[in-house]
Amino acid sequence: MKTWIKSALAAALAIGAATTAAQQTVNLPIVIELSGAGAVSGTNFRDGAMLAIDEINARGGILGRKINAPQTDTQSNPGVSRAQVQKALDGNPYAILGPIFSGSVKANMVLAQQAEVPQFTGAEAADITQAGNAYIFRTSFGQQASMPKIANYIRDGLKAKTVAVLWVNNDFGKGGRDTFVKEVTARGIKVVADISTESGQVDFAADVVKVKGANADAIFAYTNEEESARFLREARKQGVSTPLIGETTLLNQKVIELAGDAANGVRGHVGLSAEAPIPAVQEFRAKFTKRFGYVPDHNGIKGYTAVYAVKHATERIGKFDRKLLAQTMHGLTITPQQEPGILMETTWDDKGDIDRISFLAEVVDGKQKIVQTLPKLGK
Amino acid sequence: MADILQLLVAGLATGGIYALVAIGFVLLWQTSQTINFAQGEFVMVPAFFVLAAMKLGGLSFPVAMLLGLLVTLVVLGLLFKRLVVDPIIRHGVLPLVISTIALAIFLKESVKEFYAADAQPFPAAWATTNLAVGGAVVSVQNLVIIAVAVVAVAALQYFLAGTQTGRRMQATAQNPVLARILGIPVERMILYTFLINAGLVALASFLVSPIYLAKFSNGETLGLVAFIAAIVGGFNQVRGAIVGGLLLGVVDNFVAAYLTAQYRGAIPLFLLIAVILFRPQGLVGRAEERTV
Repeated sequence: MKTWIKSALAAALAIGAATTAAQQTVNLPIVIELSGAGAVSGTNFRDGAMLAIDEINARGGILGRKINAPQTDTQSNPGVSRAQVQKALDGNPYAILGPIFSGSVKANMVLAQQAEVPQFTGAEAADITQAGNAYIFRTSFGQQASMPKIANYIRDGLKAKTVAVLWVNNDFGKGGRDTFVKEVTARGIKVVADISTESGQVDFAADVVKVKGANADAIFAYTNEEESARFLREARKQGVSTPLIGETTLLNQKVIELAGDAANGVRGHVGLSAEAPIPAVQEFRAKFTKRFGYVPDHNGIKGYTAVYAVKHATERIGKFDRKLLAQTMHGLTITPQQEPGILMETTWDDKGDIDRISFLAEVVDGKQKIVQTLPKLGK
Repeated sequence: MADILQLLVAGLATGGIYALVAIGFVLLWQTSQTINFAQGEFVMVPAFFVLAAMKLGGLSFPVAMLLGLLVTLVVLGLLFKRLVVDPIIRHGVLPLVISTIALAIFLKESVKEFYAADAQPFPAAWATTNLAVGGAVVSVQNLVIIAVAVVAVAALQYFLAGTQTGRRMQATAQNPVLARILGIPVERMILYTFLINAGLVALASFLVSPIYLAKFSNGETLGLVAFIAAIVGGFNQVRGAIVGGLLLGVVDNFVAAYLTAQYRGAIPLFLLIAVILFRPQGLVGRAEERTV
C-alpha cells in the first residue's frame, strides 16, 4: 500500500514538474523550406531564427519563458506547407515563423489567420499583405516597396531606356515581374523581352540566347537563388555584357558562392544585406558565420529579426497574448536602441508591411559591396 | 545565325550528356535486361563523392575526381550489381524496375540527409572562357563537353567492336546461353557492363555538375530524358542512344528559344509518343520479331 502511495505521489510530482516546464516555455514553431527549391532561403532563415532564439534563451527567454522552436520542412511545396502550418497550430503556438516561398504562404496563411496566430513570413509577393489578414507580418520588403527602388535605379543610375526581364514562373516571380513591369513602364522604360523560366530549371542556354537577342540596355533577373546562379553562369558562358540587375536575390551570398566569377558585376537593390555598413549587422554576420560556418544572406537576417520583433512586442505588452501581439505589431516601430536584435530601425504598417533603410549594391571580386544606403520610404 | 550556332552548340553539349547516360541504359538492358530507373541519380551521386572527398578528406580537386571515379565504379558498378540486380533479376524485370526506383529515392534522400539539401558549387576541370565564332560567342565549356562525349563514345565503340573483350560482351548481349556454351565468362562480361555504366555516369556527372550545380534532385529530369533518348534512338543499339541524346538536347534548346519555354519539358514526351506510334524500334534501332 505504501509503495502504491509513493508511486502515485511520484507520478503527481512528475506531472506537476512537466506542467511547470511547459508553462515556462513559449512555442515559436519554424515552418520553413529546408529542402526543394527554397532550401537555401529556408536554411538561412531557420539558422538566423535559431541564433536569435538561443541568444534570448541564454538571457532568460521572453518574460521569463524559454522559447521552444520545433522545425518542420515545407519541402518548398505549398501543399506540404499547409499541412505543416496546421501541425504547428495543433501545438498551441504563440506565433509562427515562416515560410518564405510566397506560394506556400498564400496557401497556409489563412490557417494561422483563422486560429488568430501571428505569422512572421519571409515572403515578398506583393499581394500577401493585401488580403486583409491582420495576422501576417513581413520580415522584409514586399515587392511593392522594393520594385520602385530598383526601377528608379535603372532609370537614374543606369540611364536605361529598354530592359529585358527574366523571371521565375511561381508566385514570387510572377508577383515581382508584374510589379517590376508596372514600375519601369511608369518611368518610361520599355520592356523589350519578357521571359518566364521554371522553378528548379537547370538549363538556361535558350533563355540567355533570347535575353541577348533583345539587345536591351539592362537585363533584370528575378528568380530564386539556385536558378539565379545557373542563369549567371550561363550568361557568363555566352559572353553577356549587358548590365545584369537584380533585386536582393540575384546579389545574395549563396548566389555569389554558387555562381562564382559569373556573379561579378551584378548590380541592384538589396532590402537586407549581411554586408550592410552597420555595426549591428556586421556583429550579427560574425556571430552567424562563426556558428554555422557560412555567410548569411538576407533570409538569415529575416529569421533573426523576426524573433527579436516577437520578443520586443511581447515585452511591450507584458504578457503572452496572441491577439494583442498582432494588434501591437501594426504601426510598431522598433529601434536598435530599444531592441539591439532588430539590427536596424524597422516599422510595420497597418497591413503588416515593413519599412526600413535599404541598399544599392554591386558584386565585386566575389563579394557584395554596398554602394549606397537608401532611406526609409516613410522618411 | 549567331543565335542558331549558340543554340546548336549548347544543345549538342546537353545532348552529349544525355547520350552518355542513355548509353548506360542501353548497355545494361542488352547484357542483363536491367532497366535502371536510378540512372539519373547515378549521375547525381558521383559529384557528391568528389565534393565529400574535397570537404572531408581535404583532397585537391583532381585527386578527389579520381577517388570519386573509383568509388563510383565500386558503389554504382560492382555493389549495384551484386546487392540489387543479382538477387532481384531472377524474379523478373518488373521487381527490378521497382527496386531501382526505390534505390533512386534512397540515393536522393541520403545525399539530402548526409550532405546538403541545397545546391553546391562544383569546380570545372576545364577553362570557362569563350570563343568568338562568326559573331557567336561559343563557350569552351560546351565544346569540352561535346569533345569528351564524342571521345568517350568513340572509345566505347572501339572497345565493343575492336577488342576481344568487347566482342565477348556483344556476344553475351546477343545470346548469353550460346555465349556461355562457347566458353565466354558471361557473368564477368555483365559485370564489365555495369562498370562501364558506372564510368559513363561518373563522366556525365563531372561534365554536367559545374553547369547545373550539384544537387540531390539533379537526377530526376536527367534520368527521365536519358531514358526517353534511349527509346527514341533505339533501345537495342548504342548508336541509337547517341542519336536520341543529341536529338533531344538540340530540340529542347530550339523549342525553348523559338517555340515555347513553358512546354519544353513535354517535348521529349511528344517525341517518345511519335516514335512509338510511327517507328517503335527507334530512329536507328533494329526491328526485332518475336515468335509466339
